[in-house]
Amino acid sequence: MIPTLLIIILFIYWPTVSAFLLSFYKEAPFGNVKIFVGFENYIELFRNQYYIEALKVTLIYVLITVSSVIFFGYLIALLLDNKVFGVKFYRTLIFTPYAISFTIAGALWAFMLNPVVGHISYFVSRLTGTRINWLAEPPYALISITIASIWKMLPFSIIFYLAGLQSIPEEVIESAIIDGTNNWQRIWKIKFPMLSPTTFYLIIMEITHSMFQSFGLIDIMTKGGPIGTTTTLIYRLYLDAFYFQKTGEAAAQSVILFLIMCFITFFYFRFGEKTVHYQ
Amino acid sequence: MKISSKKKLTYVLIEIGLIIVSLIMFMPFLLAIFISFMEPTEVFTYPPKIFPSKINFGNYIDALNTIPLGKMLLNSLLVSSCVTVGKLITGTLGAFAFSSFNFKGKNTLFFTLFITLFLPAETVLILPLFMIMSKFGWINTYWALIIPFTASATNTFLFRQHFLTIPTELEDAAKIDGASPMQYFRKILIPLSGPMIAGASIINFVTAWSMYLWPMIVSMDTNKYVAQIAVKMFIASDVINNWAVIMAGTILVALPTLILFFVLQDLFVKSLVTSGLKG
Repeated sequence: MIPTLLIIILFIYWPTVSAFLLSFYKEAPFGNVKIFVGFENYIELFRNQYYIEALKVTLIYVLITVSSVIFFGYLIALLLDNKVFGVKFYRTLIFTPYAISFTIAGALWAFMLNPVVGHISYFVSRLTGTRINWLAEPPYALISITIASIWKMLPFSIIFYLAGLQSIPEEVIESAIIDGTNNWQRIWKIKFPMLSPTTFYLIIMEITHSMFQSFGLIDIMTKGGPIGTTTTLIYRLYLDAFYFQKTGEAAAQSVILFLIMCFITFFYFRFGEKTVHYQ
Repeated sequence: MKISSKKKLTYVLIEIGLIIVSLIMFMPFLLAIFISFMEPTEVFTYPPKIFPSKINFGNYIDALNTIPLGKMLLNSLLVSSCVTVGKLITGTLGAFAFSSFNFKGKNTLFFTLFITLFLPAETVLILPLFMIMSKFGWINTYWALIIPFTASATNTFLFRQHFLTIPTELEDAAKIDGASPMQYFRKILIPLSGPMIAGASIINFVTAWSMYLWPMIVSMDTNKYVAQIAVKMFIASDVINNWAVIMAGTILVALPTLILFFVLQDLFVKSLVTSGLKG
Protein backbone atom coordinates (compact mmCIF):
# COMPACT_ATOMS: atom_id res chain seq x y z
CA MET A 1 0.00 0.00 0.00
CA ILE A 2 2.71 2.42 1.01
CA PRO A 3 4.55 2.55 -2.35
CA THR A 4 1.32 3.26 -4.24
CA LEU A 5 0.38 5.96 -1.80
CA LEU A 6 3.82 7.51 -1.82
CA ILE A 7 3.86 7.80 -5.62
CA ILE A 8 0.31 9.12 -5.77
CA ILE A 9 0.97 11.73 -3.09
CA LEU A 10 4.34 12.79 -4.49
CA PHE A 11 3.32 13.00 -8.11
CA ILE A 12 -0.38 13.77 -8.07
CA TYR A 13 -1.33 15.43 -4.79
CA TRP A 14 1.80 17.51 -4.39
CA PRO A 15 1.59 18.99 -7.90
CA THR A 16 -2.12 19.63 -7.35
CA VAL A 17 -1.45 21.65 -4.22
CA SER A 18 1.40 23.41 -5.92
CA ALA A 19 -0.83 24.26 -8.90
CA PHE A 20 -3.35 25.86 -6.54
CA LEU A 21 -0.61 27.86 -4.81
CA LEU A 22 1.09 28.96 -8.03
CA SER A 23 -2.20 30.10 -9.47
CA PHE A 24 -2.46 32.83 -6.82
CA TYR A 25 0.96 34.29 -7.59
CA LYS A 26 2.55 36.22 -10.36
CA GLU A 27 6.20 35.94 -11.13
CA ALA A 28 8.19 39.09 -11.75
CA PRO A 29 9.80 39.11 -15.20
CA PHE A 30 13.29 39.23 -13.67
CA GLY A 31 14.47 37.09 -10.82
CA ASN A 32 12.43 34.80 -8.68
CA VAL A 33 10.21 37.37 -7.00
CA LYS A 34 6.67 36.13 -6.56
CA ILE A 35 3.81 38.48 -5.84
CA PHE A 36 0.55 37.32 -4.33
CA VAL A 37 -2.24 38.41 -6.65
CA GLY A 38 -5.25 36.47 -5.37
CA PHE A 39 -7.66 35.50 -8.12
CA GLU A 40 -6.16 37.89 -10.65
CA ASN A 41 -4.72 35.07 -12.77
CA TYR A 42 -8.17 33.55 -13.11
CA ILE A 43 -9.80 36.88 -13.94
CA GLU A 44 -7.16 37.59 -16.57
CA LEU A 45 -7.64 34.14 -18.00
CA PHE A 46 -11.32 34.69 -18.64
CA ARG A 47 -10.58 38.09 -20.17
CA ASN A 48 -7.98 36.52 -22.43
CA GLN A 49 -9.56 36.00 -25.85
CA TYR A 50 -7.12 33.17 -26.65
CA TYR A 51 -8.28 31.22 -23.63
CA ILE A 52 -11.95 31.79 -24.45
CA GLU A 53 -11.21 30.67 -28.00
CA ALA A 54 -9.52 27.50 -26.70
CA LEU A 55 -12.53 26.88 -24.48
CA LYS A 56 -14.85 27.11 -27.50
CA VAL A 57 -12.64 24.90 -29.69
CA THR A 58 -12.45 22.27 -26.94
CA LEU A 59 -16.19 22.29 -26.41
CA ILE A 60 -16.95 21.79 -30.12
CA TYR A 61 -14.19 19.22 -30.57
CA VAL A 62 -15.05 17.15 -27.49
CA LEU A 63 -18.78 17.26 -28.17
CA ILE A 64 -18.46 16.09 -31.78
CA THR A 65 -15.75 13.46 -31.24
CA VAL A 66 -17.35 11.90 -28.16
CA SER A 67 -20.88 11.77 -29.55
CA SER A 68 -19.69 10.34 -32.89
CA VAL A 69 -17.54 7.77 -31.18
CA ILE A 70 -20.44 6.65 -28.99
CA PHE A 71 -22.92 6.52 -31.89
CA PHE A 72 -20.71 4.85 -34.51
CA GLY A 73 -19.03 2.71 -31.86
CA TYR A 74 -22.38 1.21 -30.96
CA LEU A 75 -23.38 0.68 -34.60
CA ILE A 76 -20.10 -1.01 -35.54
CA ALA A 77 -20.27 -3.19 -32.42
CA LEU A 78 -23.75 -4.29 -33.53
CA LEU A 79 -22.30 -5.32 -36.89
CA LEU A 80 -19.48 -7.24 -35.21
CA ASP A 81 -21.94 -8.99 -32.89
CA ASN A 82 -22.98 -11.35 -35.70
CA LYS A 83 -21.71 -14.76 -36.65
CA VAL A 84 -20.86 -13.94 -40.24
CA PHE A 85 -17.99 -15.16 -42.37
CA GLY A 86 -14.63 -13.69 -41.35
CA VAL A 87 -15.94 -11.69 -38.43
CA LYS A 88 -12.84 -12.34 -36.35
CA PHE A 89 -10.65 -10.96 -39.12
CA TYR A 90 -12.80 -7.82 -39.46
CA ARG A 91 -12.62 -7.38 -35.71
CA THR A 92 -8.84 -7.37 -35.76
CA LEU A 93 -8.72 -4.81 -38.58
CA ILE A 94 -11.28 -2.57 -36.91
CA PHE A 95 -9.63 -2.69 -33.48
CA THR A 96 -6.14 -1.90 -34.79
CA PRO A 97 -6.12 1.91 -34.26
CA TYR A 98 -6.50 1.19 -30.55
CA ALA A 99 -2.96 -0.21 -30.45
CA ILE A 100 -1.24 2.95 -31.69
CA SER A 101 -0.72 6.30 -30.03
CA PHE A 102 -2.50 9.54 -30.88
CA THR A 103 0.85 10.80 -32.15
CA ILE A 104 1.11 8.05 -34.73
CA ALA A 105 -2.54 8.50 -35.70
CA GLY A 106 -1.68 12.16 -36.30
CA ALA A 107 1.20 11.24 -38.62
CA LEU A 108 -0.91 8.80 -40.66
CA TRP A 109 -3.66 11.37 -41.17
CA ALA A 110 -1.25 14.23 -41.79
CA PHE A 111 0.00 12.17 -44.73
CA MET A 112 -3.41 11.25 -46.13
CA LEU A 113 -4.59 14.86 -45.90
CA ASN A 114 -1.41 16.37 -47.33
CA PRO A 115 -2.52 18.55 -50.28
CA VAL A 116 0.31 17.36 -52.56
CA VAL A 117 0.73 13.64 -51.87
CA GLY A 118 -2.26 12.66 -49.69
CA HIS A 119 -4.80 10.17 -51.01
CA ILE A 120 -7.82 11.54 -49.17
CA SER A 121 -6.93 15.05 -50.20
CA TYR A 122 -6.71 13.89 -53.84
CA PHE A 123 -9.94 11.94 -53.61
CA VAL A 124 -11.89 14.88 -52.17
CA SER A 125 -10.45 17.30 -54.70
CA ARG A 126 -11.61 15.00 -57.52
CA LEU A 127 -15.08 14.80 -55.97
CA THR A 128 -15.57 18.49 -55.28
CA GLY A 129 -13.31 20.03 -57.90
CA THR A 130 -11.56 22.27 -55.37
CA ARG A 131 -8.23 21.72 -53.72
CA ILE A 132 -8.35 22.15 -49.97
CA ASN A 133 -5.31 22.67 -47.82
CA TRP A 134 -6.77 20.54 -45.05
CA LEU A 135 -4.40 21.25 -42.20
CA ALA A 136 -3.79 24.93 -42.92
CA GLU A 137 -7.22 26.45 -43.58
CA PRO A 138 -9.45 27.46 -40.66
CA PRO A 139 -12.58 25.37 -40.72
CA TYR A 140 -10.87 22.38 -42.36
CA ALA A 141 -8.06 22.05 -39.83
CA LEU A 142 -10.51 21.45 -36.98
CA ILE A 143 -12.53 19.10 -39.20
CA SER A 144 -9.35 17.12 -39.97
CA ILE A 145 -8.39 16.88 -36.31
CA THR A 146 -11.90 15.77 -35.44
CA ILE A 147 -12.05 13.04 -38.09
CA ALA A 148 -8.60 11.69 -37.22
CA SER A 149 -9.50 11.64 -33.52
CA ILE A 150 -12.77 9.83 -34.15
CA TRP A 151 -10.87 7.20 -36.16
CA LYS A 152 -8.36 6.75 -33.34
CA MET A 153 -10.94 6.75 -30.52
CA LEU A 154 -13.57 4.50 -32.15
CA PRO A 155 -12.02 1.08 -31.39
CA PHE A 156 -12.06 1.76 -27.65
CA SER A 157 -15.83 2.26 -27.75
CA ILE A 158 -16.40 -0.65 -30.11
CA ILE A 159 -14.46 -3.01 -27.81
CA PHE A 160 -16.59 -2.06 -24.82
CA TYR A 161 -19.90 -2.10 -26.68
CA LEU A 162 -19.12 -5.47 -28.24
CA ALA A 163 -18.28 -6.97 -24.84
CA GLY A 164 -21.50 -5.46 -23.50
CA LEU A 165 -23.62 -6.82 -26.35
CA GLN A 166 -22.13 -10.29 -25.95
CA SER A 167 -23.01 -10.29 -22.27
CA ILE A 168 -26.71 -9.64 -22.84
CA PRO A 169 -28.46 -12.92 -22.00
CA GLU A 170 -29.96 -14.67 -25.03
CA GLU A 171 -33.30 -15.09 -23.21
CA VAL A 172 -33.79 -11.34 -23.08
CA ILE A 173 -33.53 -11.09 -26.86
CA GLU A 174 -35.64 -14.21 -27.43
CA SER A 175 -38.48 -12.97 -25.25
CA ALA A 176 -38.30 -9.62 -27.02
CA ILE A 177 -38.70 -11.42 -30.34
CA ILE A 178 -41.70 -13.31 -28.98
CA ASP A 179 -43.17 -9.99 -27.87
CA GLY A 180 -43.18 -9.04 -31.54
CA THR A 181 -40.48 -6.38 -31.53
CA ASN A 182 -38.64 -5.73 -34.76
CA ASN A 183 -34.87 -5.58 -35.11
CA TRP A 184 -34.74 -1.77 -34.96
CA GLN A 185 -36.74 -1.69 -31.72
CA ARG A 186 -34.51 -4.33 -30.16
CA ILE A 187 -31.40 -2.34 -31.07
CA TRP A 188 -32.54 0.98 -29.62
CA LYS A 189 -35.26 0.18 -27.08
CA ILE A 190 -33.82 -2.93 -25.45
CA LYS A 191 -30.11 -3.38 -26.09
CA PHE A 192 -29.02 0.26 -25.93
CA PRO A 193 -30.74 0.98 -22.59
CA MET A 194 -29.30 -2.26 -21.19
CA LEU A 195 -25.84 -1.00 -22.08
CA SER A 196 -26.31 2.41 -20.47
CA PRO A 197 -23.61 1.70 -17.84
CA THR A 198 -21.17 1.00 -20.69
CA THR A 199 -22.26 4.19 -22.43
CA PHE A 200 -21.79 6.12 -19.21
CA TYR A 201 -18.28 4.78 -18.67
CA LEU A 202 -17.36 5.33 -22.32
CA ILE A 203 -18.55 8.94 -22.33
CA ILE A 204 -16.28 9.70 -19.38
CA MET A 205 -13.28 7.85 -20.80
CA GLU A 206 -13.66 9.33 -24.27
CA ILE A 207 -13.97 12.83 -22.80
CA THR A 208 -10.60 12.37 -21.11
CA HIS A 209 -9.14 10.92 -24.32
CA SER A 210 -10.28 13.85 -26.43
CA MET A 211 -9.43 16.50 -23.84
CA PHE A 212 -5.93 15.32 -22.94
CA GLN A 213 -4.59 12.36 -24.91
CA SER A 214 -5.35 14.10 -28.21
CA PHE A 215 -2.43 16.47 -27.63
CA GLY A 216 -0.07 14.29 -29.65
CA LEU A 217 -2.42 14.18 -32.63
CA ILE A 218 -2.93 17.94 -32.64
CA ASP A 219 0.76 18.66 -32.17
CA ILE A 220 1.66 16.50 -35.17
CA MET A 221 -1.15 17.60 -37.49
CA THR A 222 -1.67 21.33 -36.90
CA LYS A 223 0.33 22.53 -33.87
CA GLY A 224 -2.85 24.24 -32.69
CA GLY A 225 -3.11 26.37 -35.84
CA PRO A 226 -4.11 27.93 -38.13
CA ILE A 227 -4.69 31.05 -36.02
CA GLY A 228 -5.53 29.00 -32.96
CA THR A 229 -8.51 27.20 -34.49
CA THR A 230 -7.29 23.82 -33.25
CA THR A 231 -5.81 25.01 -29.95
CA THR A 232 -7.64 23.05 -27.29
CA LEU A 233 -7.38 23.70 -23.54
CA ILE A 234 -4.49 21.28 -23.11
CA TYR A 235 -2.64 22.78 -26.06
CA ARG A 236 -3.21 26.27 -24.63
CA LEU A 237 -1.86 25.08 -21.28
CA TYR A 238 1.24 23.68 -22.97
CA LEU A 239 1.83 26.92 -24.86
CA ASP A 240 1.35 29.16 -21.82
CA ALA A 241 3.38 26.96 -19.49
CA PHE A 242 6.37 26.14 -21.65
CA TYR A 243 6.35 28.49 -24.61
CA PHE A 244 5.23 31.80 -23.12
CA GLN A 245 6.23 30.82 -19.57
CA LYS A 246 3.22 32.46 -17.93
CA THR A 247 3.51 30.40 -14.76
CA GLY A 248 0.60 31.89 -12.83
CA GLU A 249 -1.88 31.70 -15.69
CA ALA A 250 -0.78 28.20 -16.64
CA ALA A 251 -1.26 27.07 -13.04
CA ALA A 252 -4.73 28.60 -13.03
CA GLN A 253 -5.51 26.62 -16.19
CA SER A 254 -4.28 23.45 -14.50
CA VAL A 255 -6.55 24.13 -11.55
CA ILE A 256 -9.55 24.62 -13.83
CA LEU A 257 -8.80 21.36 -15.69
CA PHE A 258 -8.29 19.60 -12.37
CA LEU A 259 -11.66 20.80 -11.12
CA ILE A 260 -13.35 19.68 -14.34
CA MET A 261 -11.85 16.20 -13.87
CA CYS A 262 -12.89 16.14 -10.20
CA PHE A 263 -16.40 17.01 -11.24
CA ILE A 264 -16.42 14.21 -13.83
CA THR A 265 -15.02 11.69 -11.31
CA PHE A 266 -17.57 12.73 -8.71
CA PHE A 267 -20.31 12.40 -11.28
CA TYR A 268 -19.10 8.89 -12.13
CA PHE A 269 -18.86 7.94 -8.46
CA ARG A 270 -22.32 9.29 -7.74
CA PHE A 271 -24.24 7.88 -10.71
CA GLY A 272 -22.03 5.24 -12.28
CA GLU A 273 -21.55 3.05 -9.24
CA LYS A 274 -25.10 1.76 -8.97
CA THR A 275 -25.64 1.02 -12.59
CA VAL A 276 -22.47 -0.71 -13.77
CA HIS A 277 -23.15 -4.35 -14.62
CA TYR A 278 -21.05 -5.67 -17.45
CA GLN A 279 -20.99 -9.28 -16.45
CA MET B 1 -38.88 -19.41 -47.77
CA LYS B 2 -39.59 -15.73 -47.39
CA ILE B 3 -38.06 -15.52 -43.92
CA SER B 4 -34.94 -17.34 -44.95
CA SER B 5 -34.36 -15.11 -47.99
CA LYS B 6 -34.79 -12.06 -45.80
CA LYS B 7 -32.27 -13.53 -43.40
CA LYS B 8 -29.87 -14.13 -46.23
CA LEU B 9 -30.20 -10.51 -47.29
CA THR B 10 -29.44 -9.26 -43.76
CA TYR B 11 -26.45 -11.57 -43.67
CA VAL B 12 -25.10 -10.17 -46.90
CA LEU B 13 -25.73 -6.60 -45.79
CA ILE B 14 -23.89 -7.17 -42.52
CA GLU B 15 -21.01 -8.75 -44.41
CA ILE B 16 -20.79 -5.78 -46.78
CA GLY B 17 -21.05 -3.32 -43.90
CA LEU B 18 -18.20 -5.02 -42.09
CA ILE B 19 -16.00 -5.03 -45.17
CA ILE B 20 -16.54 -1.30 -45.68
CA VAL B 21 -15.88 -0.44 -42.02
CA SER B 22 -12.78 -2.67 -41.93
CA LEU B 23 -11.44 -0.99 -45.04
CA ILE B 24 -11.96 2.49 -43.61
CA MET B 25 -10.40 1.62 -40.26
CA PHE B 26 -7.42 -0.22 -41.70
CA MET B 27 -6.80 1.96 -44.78
CA PRO B 28 -4.42 4.40 -43.05
CA PHE B 29 -2.14 1.51 -42.04
CA LEU B 30 -2.20 -0.04 -45.52
CA LEU B 31 -1.39 3.27 -47.18
CA ALA B 32 1.43 3.95 -44.72
CA ILE B 33 2.94 0.52 -45.41
CA PHE B 34 2.67 0.92 -49.19
CA ILE B 35 4.14 4.43 -49.11
CA SER B 36 7.00 3.30 -46.90
CA PHE B 37 8.15 0.92 -49.67
CA MET B 38 8.02 3.50 -52.47
CA GLU B 39 10.92 5.34 -54.07
CA PRO B 40 10.85 8.95 -52.78
CA THR B 41 9.93 10.19 -56.26
CA GLU B 42 7.11 7.68 -56.60
CA VAL B 43 5.30 9.37 -53.72
CA PHE B 44 4.92 12.54 -55.79
CA THR B 45 3.25 11.03 -58.84
CA TYR B 46 -0.09 12.57 -59.69
CA PRO B 47 -2.68 11.12 -59.22
CA PRO B 48 -1.13 9.57 -56.09
CA LYS B 49 -0.18 5.92 -56.47
CA ILE B 50 -1.41 3.36 -53.98
CA PHE B 51 0.88 0.41 -54.66
CA PRO B 52 4.68 0.65 -54.72
CA SER B 53 6.33 -0.52 -57.96
CA LYS B 54 8.61 -2.76 -55.91
CA ILE B 55 9.27 -3.45 -52.26
CA ASN B 56 12.40 -1.74 -51.02
CA PHE B 57 13.49 -1.23 -47.46
CA GLY B 58 15.67 1.78 -48.23
CA ASN B 59 13.30 4.18 -46.48
CA TYR B 60 13.49 2.18 -43.28
CA ILE B 61 17.27 2.37 -43.36
CA ASP B 62 17.06 6.12 -44.05
CA ALA B 63 14.64 6.55 -41.14
CA LEU B 64 17.06 4.80 -38.80
CA ASN B 65 19.96 6.90 -40.07
CA THR B 66 18.48 10.42 -40.22
CA ILE B 67 17.74 10.48 -36.49
CA PRO B 68 18.93 8.17 -33.68
CA LEU B 69 15.70 6.19 -33.92
CA GLY B 70 17.29 2.96 -32.72
CA LYS B 71 18.39 4.59 -29.49
CA MET B 72 14.96 6.19 -29.07
CA LEU B 73 13.19 2.86 -29.54
CA LEU B 74 15.48 1.34 -26.89
CA ASN B 75 14.68 4.24 -24.56
CA SER B 76 10.96 3.59 -25.06
CA LEU B 77 11.45 -0.10 -24.41
CA LEU B 78 13.36 0.59 -21.20
CA VAL B 79 10.92 3.22 -19.91
CA SER B 80 7.78 1.26 -20.80
CA SER B 81 9.11 -1.96 -19.26
CA CYS B 82 10.08 -0.24 -16.02
CA VAL B 83 6.72 1.54 -15.79
CA THR B 84 4.92 -1.75 -16.43
CA VAL B 85 6.85 -3.65 -13.77
CA GLY B 86 6.49 -0.77 -11.29
CA LYS B 87 2.74 -0.60 -11.80
CA LEU B 88 2.43 -4.36 -11.31
CA ILE B 89 4.33 -4.29 -8.02
CA THR B 90 2.56 -1.29 -6.52
CA GLY B 91 -0.77 -2.37 -7.95
CA THR B 92 -0.75 -5.91 -6.58
CA LEU B 93 0.64 -4.86 -3.19
CA GLY B 94 -1.85 -2.03 -2.82
CA ALA B 95 -4.70 -4.28 -3.89
CA PHE B 96 -3.59 -6.92 -1.40
CA ALA B 97 -3.72 -4.36 1.40
CA PHE B 98 -7.20 -3.31 0.37
CA SER B 99 -8.62 -6.79 -0.13
CA SER B 100 -7.11 -8.70 2.80
CA PHE B 101 -6.65 -6.23 5.63
CA ASN B 102 -8.85 -4.01 7.68
CA PHE B 103 -7.04 -0.97 8.90
CA LYS B 104 -7.83 2.49 10.17
CA GLY B 105 -8.55 5.00 7.45
CA LYS B 106 -9.07 2.36 4.77
CA ASN B 107 -12.03 4.22 3.31
CA THR B 108 -10.19 7.53 3.32
CA LEU B 109 -7.32 5.88 1.50
CA PHE B 110 -9.66 4.32 -0.98
CA PHE B 111 -11.18 7.72 -1.70
CA THR B 112 -7.73 9.31 -1.97
CA LEU B 113 -6.95 6.90 -4.76
CA PHE B 114 -10.37 7.11 -6.35
CA ILE B 115 -10.10 10.85 -7.01
CA THR B 116 -7.07 10.21 -9.20
CA LEU B 117 -8.76 7.48 -11.26
CA PHE B 118 -9.53 9.57 -14.33
CA LEU B 119 -6.90 12.24 -13.78
CA PRO B 120 -4.05 12.24 -16.30
CA ALA B 121 -1.72 14.08 -13.91
CA GLU B 122 1.16 14.32 -16.38
CA THR B 123 -0.97 16.48 -18.68
CA VAL B 124 -3.32 18.35 -16.34
CA LEU B 125 -0.62 19.13 -13.77
CA ILE B 126 2.24 19.30 -16.22
CA LEU B 127 3.81 22.55 -14.99
CA PRO B 128 3.91 21.82 -11.23
CA LEU B 129 5.02 18.26 -11.96
CA PHE B 130 7.81 19.64 -14.11
CA MET B 131 8.87 21.93 -11.25
CA ILE B 132 8.96 18.98 -8.84
CA MET B 133 11.14 17.09 -11.31
CA SER B 134 13.60 19.96 -11.48
CA LYS B 135 13.63 20.13 -7.67
CA PHE B 136 14.63 16.46 -7.66
CA GLY B 137 17.20 17.11 -10.39
CA TRP B 138 15.40 14.61 -12.59
CA ILE B 139 15.02 16.72 -15.72
CA ASN B 140 16.47 14.90 -18.73
CA THR B 141 16.78 11.61 -16.82
CA TYR B 142 14.94 8.31 -17.12
CA TRP B 143 13.66 8.83 -13.58
CA ALA B 144 11.29 11.56 -14.71
CA LEU B 145 9.88 9.24 -17.38
CA ILE B 146 9.48 6.27 -15.05
CA ILE B 147 8.96 7.03 -11.36
CA PRO B 148 5.83 9.24 -11.53
CA PHE B 149 4.05 6.51 -13.51
CA THR B 150 4.90 3.50 -11.36
CA ALA B 151 1.60 3.59 -9.46
CA SER B 152 -1.95 4.11 -10.55
CA ALA B 153 -5.42 3.89 -9.09
CA THR B 154 -6.58 1.90 -12.13
CA ASN B 155 -4.10 -0.92 -11.48
CA THR B 156 -4.77 -1.01 -7.76
CA PHE B 157 -8.52 -1.22 -8.29
CA LEU B 158 -8.15 -3.77 -11.07
CA PHE B 159 -6.17 -6.18 -8.88
CA ARG B 160 -8.32 -5.49 -5.84
CA GLN B 161 -11.36 -6.48 -7.89
CA HIS B 162 -9.61 -9.67 -8.89
CA PHE B 163 -8.32 -10.56 -5.41
CA LEU B 164 -11.83 -10.21 -4.03
CA THR B 165 -12.98 -13.03 -6.32
CA ILE B 166 -10.46 -15.44 -4.75
CA PRO B 167 -12.20 -17.44 -1.99
CA THR B 168 -11.25 -16.35 1.54
CA GLU B 169 -11.00 -20.02 2.53
CA LEU B 170 -7.67 -20.12 0.73
CA GLU B 171 -6.31 -17.34 2.89
CA ASP B 172 -7.64 -18.95 6.05
CA ALA B 173 -6.11 -22.28 5.09
CA ALA B 174 -2.77 -20.60 4.43
CA LYS B 175 -2.94 -18.95 7.84
CA ILE B 176 -3.62 -22.26 9.55
CA ASP B 177 -0.63 -23.76 7.76
CA GLY B 178 1.43 -20.99 9.32
CA ALA B 179 2.02 -18.91 6.20
CA SER B 180 2.66 -15.21 6.74
CA PRO B 181 0.52 -12.75 4.76
CA MET B 182 3.46 -12.05 2.44
CA GLN B 183 3.94 -15.77 1.81
CA TYR B 184 0.26 -16.08 1.03
CA PHE B 185 0.60 -13.12 -1.34
CA ARG B 186 3.65 -14.49 -3.15
CA LYS B 187 2.85 -18.19 -3.21
CA ILE B 188 -0.91 -18.18 -3.71
CA LEU B 189 -2.37 -14.83 -4.72
CA ILE B 190 0.14 -13.95 -7.44
CA PRO B 191 0.21 -17.41 -9.11
CA LEU B 192 -3.59 -17.32 -9.21
CA SER B 193 -3.53 -13.98 -11.02
CA GLY B 194 -1.52 -15.00 -14.09
CA PRO B 195 -3.91 -13.91 -16.86
CA MET B 196 -4.77 -10.74 -14.95
CA ILE B 197 -1.12 -9.80 -14.61
CA ALA B 198 -0.46 -10.53 -18.28
CA GLY B 199 -3.45 -8.45 -19.34
CA ALA B 200 -2.59 -5.51 -17.11
CA SER B 201 1.00 -5.65 -18.33
CA ILE B 202 0.21 -5.24 -22.01
CA ILE B 203 -2.23 -2.41 -21.37
CA ASN B 204 0.28 -0.64 -19.11
CA PHE B 205 3.02 -1.19 -21.65
CA VAL B 206 1.01 0.25 -24.53
CA THR B 207 -0.04 3.24 -22.42
CA ALA B 208 3.57 3.91 -21.43
CA TRP B 209 4.78 3.44 -25.00
CA SER B 210 2.24 6.02 -26.21
CA MET B 211 3.31 8.82 -23.84
CA TYR B 212 4.21 11.92 -25.79
CA LEU B 213 3.67 15.31 -24.15
CA TRP B 214 5.44 14.52 -20.88
CA PRO B 215 8.61 12.99 -22.42
CA MET B 216 8.73 15.92 -24.83
CA ILE B 217 8.84 18.35 -21.88
CA VAL B 218 11.27 16.56 -19.55
CA SER B 219 13.75 15.17 -22.08
CA MET B 220 16.21 17.69 -23.44
CA ASP B 221 18.43 15.78 -25.86
CA THR B 222 17.95 13.05 -28.43
CA ASN B 223 19.82 10.59 -26.22
CA LYS B 224 16.93 10.63 -23.77
CA TYR B 225 14.06 11.00 -26.25
CA VAL B 226 11.44 8.27 -26.48
CA ALA B 227 10.27 6.89 -29.82
CA GLN B 228 7.03 8.91 -30.01
CA ILE B 229 9.10 12.08 -30.28
CA ALA B 230 10.74 10.59 -33.36
CA VAL B 231 7.41 11.00 -35.16
CA LYS B 232 7.49 14.72 -34.47
CA MET B 233 11.13 14.92 -35.55
CA PHE B 234 10.32 13.21 -38.83
CA ILE B 235 7.37 15.50 -39.53
CA ALA B 236 9.20 18.65 -38.44
CA SER B 237 12.33 17.97 -40.47
CA ASP B 238 10.58 17.40 -43.78
CA VAL B 239 12.63 19.97 -45.65
CA ILE B 240 12.51 17.68 -48.63
CA ASN B 241 9.04 16.50 -47.66
CA ASN B 242 10.12 12.89 -47.90
CA TRP B 243 6.90 11.14 -46.90
CA ALA B 244 8.23 7.69 -47.73
CA VAL B 245 10.83 8.05 -44.98
CA ILE B 246 8.34 9.68 -42.58
CA MET B 247 5.92 6.77 -43.01
CA ALA B 248 8.70 4.19 -42.63
CA GLY B 249 9.77 5.84 -39.37
CA THR B 250 6.19 6.08 -38.14
CA ILE B 251 5.67 2.38 -38.79
CA LEU B 252 8.83 1.50 -36.87
CA VAL B 253 7.56 3.45 -33.85
CA ALA B 254 4.11 1.85 -34.09
CA LEU B 255 5.35 -1.70 -34.73
CA PRO B 256 6.08 -2.92 -31.16
CA THR B 257 2.59 -2.22 -29.84
CA LEU B 258 0.98 -3.36 -33.10
CA ILE B 259 2.75 -6.72 -32.87
CA LEU B 260 1.73 -7.07 -29.21
CA PHE B 261 -1.84 -6.36 -30.25
CA PHE B 262 -1.94 -8.77 -33.18
CA VAL B 263 -0.42 -11.61 -31.18
CA LEU B 264 -2.35 -11.11 -27.96
CA GLN B 265 -5.57 -9.57 -29.22
CA ASP B 266 -7.99 -11.66 -27.15
CA LEU B 267 -6.11 -11.07 -23.93
CA PHE B 268 -5.85 -7.40 -24.83
CA VAL B 269 -9.56 -6.97 -25.36
CA LYS B 270 -10.55 -9.01 -22.35
CA SER B 271 -8.32 -7.15 -19.92
CA LEU B 272 -9.27 -3.78 -21.34
CA VAL B 273 -12.92 -4.51 -20.68
CA THR B 274 -12.18 -5.84 -17.18
CA SER B 275 -10.16 -2.74 -16.35
CA GLY B 276 -13.27 -0.74 -17.17
CA LEU B 277 -15.09 -2.54 -14.40
CA LYS B 278 -15.47 -0.45 -11.33
CA GLY B 279 -13.12 -1.15 -8.44
